[in-house]
Amino acid sequence: MKILEMNHIKKSFNNASLHVLKDISLSVSEGEVVSVIGPSGSGKSTLLRCATLLTEMDSGELIYSGEYAAKNNEHGKAVYSGKAELKKIRSIFGLVFQNFNLFPHYSVLKNLTDPQISVLGRSKEEARERAMQLLKKMGLEEKADAYPCELSGGQQQRVAIARALAMDPLILFFDEPTSALDPELTGEVLKVIKQLAEERMTMVIVTHEMAFAKAVSDRVIFMDGGVIVEQGTPSEVFDNPRMERTKQFLRNYSQQ
Amino acid sequence: MSLMTMIAKMFEGLSGTCAIFFLTLLFSLPLGMGVAMLRMSKSKIISNITRFIISVLRGTPLMLQLIAITYGPYYLFHFSVSRNKLIPVVIAFAINYAAYFAEIYRSGIESIPVGQYEAAEILGYSKIQTFFRIILPQVIKRIMPSITNEVVTLVKDTSMAFTVSYQEMFTIGKQIANSETSFMPFVVAGVFYFLFNAIVDYVMGKAEKSMNYYQ
Repeated sequence: MKILEMNHIKKSFNNASLHVLKDISLSVSEGEVVSVIGPSGSGKSTLLRCATLLTEMDSGELIYSGEYAAKNNEHGKAVYSGKAELKKIRSIFGLVFQNFNLFPHYSVLKNLTDPQISVLGRSKEEARERAMQLLKKMGLEEKADAYPCELSGGQQQRVAIARALAMDPLILFFDEPTSALDPELTGEVLKVIKQLAEERMTMVIVTHEMAFAKAVSDRVIFMDGGVIVEQGTPSEVFDNPRMERTKQFLRNYSQQ
Repeated sequence: MSLMTMIAKMFEGLSGTCAIFFLTLLFSLPLGMGVAMLRMSKSKIISNITRFIISVLRGTPLMLQLIAITYGPYYLFHFSVSRNKLIPVVIAFAINYAAYFAEIYRSGIESIPVGQYEAAEILGYSKIQTFFRIILPQVIKRIMPSITNEVVTLVKDTSMAFTVSYQEMFTIGKQIANSETSFMPFVVAGVFYFLFNAIVDYVMGKAEKSMNYYQ
């Protein structure tokens, strides 16, 4: 079953002078792990922001589990669904940000319980139980009462992943989840994502970690200049890329 | 007049000073938030009108505003000046301080990273929940030092009510100084204001500290 379908997404900035996404289509099935790689400015982050409703696309269709978040009108302009509809659709996905965006005035535990209580209407006990279960999974049980500022970047990002998971999304997006971390802290976050991949959590991961993308993904998408240049299994894209642009990108990466 | 009688008389005036102080805070703190919202309105017209009003309130003397609000209705519409001057005095103070608080709130709200709004949006918080649960608590922590500044200034500004002869401590002190040809009431007034602000400093310091559990 398709969880996410994006059809013919177009997005430009600065009064249509800067085309960031040029007719991108992408679908993600249940249990699939998709990595999106590509150089800076290729449109990967904008794609993620369009998918998570943080940025409005100009044109295209956005469908979650068969429900339309946006579709084109007769002029080919994207029209978004109503408030109630979008609220429902927002509960389908979660997003892990590059710089965590934890709530600094809440303890780790409250970062996880408050959205469950305020948004999902769960009871305090239920929310707490779910939160502790996830913190345990992240190896952060003993940090429940700490504040985000007392944690390392890697720990903060794991809390952020737990916070997203606490809302029980059907699909989880990651926007360069390790880009703000020291190399030595990257591993602990990647390990957690890898574990989620093994549990068949549906995920779309925008990343610069090539080895990681190769290891966890079912499908790798290479984007450049606002289009999907190439996609396929990790071995297809990394070991036998067909397109010259992909080869060039991967060559530059392996040289670093 | 003995020093003790003088202090006792001026101490009575302290109730007037406290009335201005607490009522001004009571009205101007929430009013300032409303003004800040208008100032940040997406409508250019609303935001510009608000900006102009704020600049008038901050750019003219509070003393002038006090006189205008207390006596203006008489000159403009021949309304009789009410004997109870507390009402016009508090209106003038509340409006003036709301303008300052509005700018403090605005700077605080604008200093919250956009990521906080985005995280709240993704998690499904409503706009109102986002403001009250996520943004406002962080804003309050950030603006506490500026608010303390304004509150300390307000303690001293209450003395301006003497210009419209409202019976507060400074007005009474000035009357005694005139009738007794003594400088002493001003010294007493200075000590009173200083002690008042020492309390304000202590309370606001406690409040700031209570928010130090996170950065």
